[in-house]
Amino acid sequence: MTGTSQMKVSDEVAITIDGMNKWYGSFHVLRDINLTVYQGERIVICGPSGSGKSTLIRCINALEEHQQGSITVDGTLLSSDLKNIDKIRSEVGMCFQHFNLFPHLTILENCTLAPIWVRKTPKKEAEERAMHFLEKVKIPDQANKFPGQLSGGQQQRVAIARSLCMMPRIMLFDEPTSALDPEMIKEVLDTMIELAEEGMTMLCVTHEMGFARQVANRVIFMDAGQIVEQNEPEAFFNNPQSERTQLFLSQILGH
Amino acid sequence: MSDKTSDSIAFVAKGTIPPSPPPASQAGVVKWLRDNLFSSVPNGILTLVALTVIYLVLQKTLPWLYNGVWTTTSLNACREVLDGKVGACFSVLTERWHQLLYGFKYPAEFYWRPNLALVLLLVAVAPVLFFDLPRKMLIFTGLYPFIAFWLIWGGTIMAPIIALLGFVVGGAVFQIYGRGSFAAGFFGGIAAALIIWALGGMLIPEGASENAMLQAVPSRDLGGFMLNLMLGVTCVSLSLPLGIALALGRQSDMPLIKWMCVIFIEFVRGVPLITLLFVASVMLAYFFPPDATVDLFLRVVIMITMFSAAYIAEVIRGGLAALPKGQYEAADSLGLDYPQAMRLIILPQALKISIPGIVNVAVGLFKDTTLVSVISMFDLVGMIRGPILASTEWNGVYWELLGFAALLFFVVCYGISQYSQWLERRLATDHR
Repeated sequence: MTGTSQMKVSDEVAITIDGMNKWYGSFHVLRDINLTVYQGERIVICGPSGSGKSTLIRCINALEEHQQGSITVDGTLLSSDLKNIDKIRSEVGMCFQHFNLFPHLTILENCTLAPIWVRKTPKKEAEERAMHFLEKVKIPDQANKFPGQLSGGQQQRVAIARSLCMMPRIMLFDEPTSALDPEMIKEVLDTMIELAEEGMTMLCVTHEMGFARQVANRVIFMDAGQIVEQNEPEAFFNNPQSERTQLFLSQILGH
Repeated sequence: MSDKTSDSIAFVAKGTIPPSPPPASQAGVVKWLRDNLFSSVPNGILTLVALTVIYLVLQKTLPWLYNGVWTTTSLNACREVLDGKVGACFSVLTERWHQLLYGFKYPAEFYWRPNLALVLLLVAVAPVLFFDLPRKMLIFTGLYPFIAFWLIWGGTIMAPIIALLGFVVGGAVFQIYGRGSFAAGFFGGIAAALIIWALGGMLIPEGASENAMLQAVPSRDLGGFMLNLMLGVTCVSLSLPLGIALALGRQSDMPLIKWMCVIFIEFVRGVPLITLLFVASVMLAYFFPPDATVDLFLRVVIMITMFSAAYIAEVIRGGLAALPKGQYEAADSLGLDYPQAMRLIILPQALKISIPGIVNVAVGLFKDTTLVSVISMFDLVGMIRGPILASTEWNGVYWELLGFAALLFFVVCYGISQYSQWLERRLATDHR
């Protein structure tokens, strides 16, 4: 298939999740999750709604806390220690389904805020870097507008640029195209593909199976809080092993 | 083929139709009258009734205002001048002008001091209200409370300087130690400030206030509208930060802080302000050591501040609740810590949502400062009810005096309201 999915991935480990369990009250949302992500790897996580896929990637940067097992990101063990949490969060970028841009700040301020306050980057340098990434997502001309003046696709690209300004080593995407009009999905996916080709480590919760085929090294299928199946995209789509995966794929690819 | 579109499905415009003015009956005064005043028979009748009422009111009040007497020295002299005509006796305002503004005990030769403080107040609040002004002006805003205190109360200049020094040292300690741990910085800062104040208090020589540059004026000599303004400005500016802290505390994950804030808010909100003021004037003395004399003005400020802070906290809690959870998550995911996330992301948005509610509380608080007249402080209403109406010259001039008080309060409150509307427009960036 395409060149990207065959790219050699390094042996350097980016994320290790070991025997992780999570409960909401007495509801067991994540069950015995074991996952190792290598540097430069691009993983697509799919599954029916309520299967815990968003919760899983939100545990990686401690937006949700897990109750059992361990998560190690870039050699830092995720514990309740706030210093570790802040360290991991500044190395892991995240894009949300609803963009979550800061509506009271301009696009440029959205992008420079965290570098200036968290990384203590000088303002000028932060602005230069922000413009660099805004050019990369192809909206440098919107830098002085407010998020409310942009279309959904543009907002999501700003959100990606905002995360990149922190120079993350890992990017998490939580259904980045689910809230977009069909016309705008492509511009966001193109940005993500470009990012993938540059070797960014990516974990992406999405229903865009075309994207998964083209970009992912590995596809993970989750159901009822469990990792049911994981494989290379070729094998995953053409020859799914578990019955649950087969059913899911026939539902979403069937029309 | 015809030009009409209905004849055929296929249609191409032949060119641009030039714009033309609307028909005469659809523009101008006639259209406005018809649309707004006489759009139907019931509306026409209502318009006529309203005009009649307005006419009747003006017929009575205009002569009253127009015939007003400004120069007599008593109500009887006023009546003689009017000689049976309808007319107001505004001379009470001119004759008791200083009493209405400054109270009856503030030394007349020192009126320039509160006047100067008021002018400086405008300079000090300008950079806070209009954030396009240079940020350096905030330095003066920080110094203003101490300058104003010295101007109005007078006495030795050492007192405000030591107070300022305490704040500066406390702030510096917080800056240095607060980086490591917030609690260490916070309590260290408070301790440092207290030490400075205690040491400084011993340094002030006995009797320094007597031969000071500005002669000391005790708190009980303050009065009139000046007292209302002082209470209003002090309490609003103190209760806003306290209210923010209470609102954030109520959302805290730490149960002790959360419950302290909840109990404070619910208790203070559940008690009438008058009760708190009576506590301030009578009962608070029981809680202090026998030889401690805490100034009545300070006690009242504490009570009004607590009262309005509880209300402001609830208003801001509403603003915080209106923010989508995604804003907190986005701030977290970028690695901002709690103070940064609050200061840069959450509070700017929550406060913007809360502006109408906060202004509502501020306006209410400013008007509630007249309640201090019931604990025998002579604010504007206290002056009117007490010394002025009780005097033999002016016994019975209700409309003029209370109308004047209402006008003063209206001007200030309307100004606050207009400012808040301007602020809301200025901050509207969401383009919904």
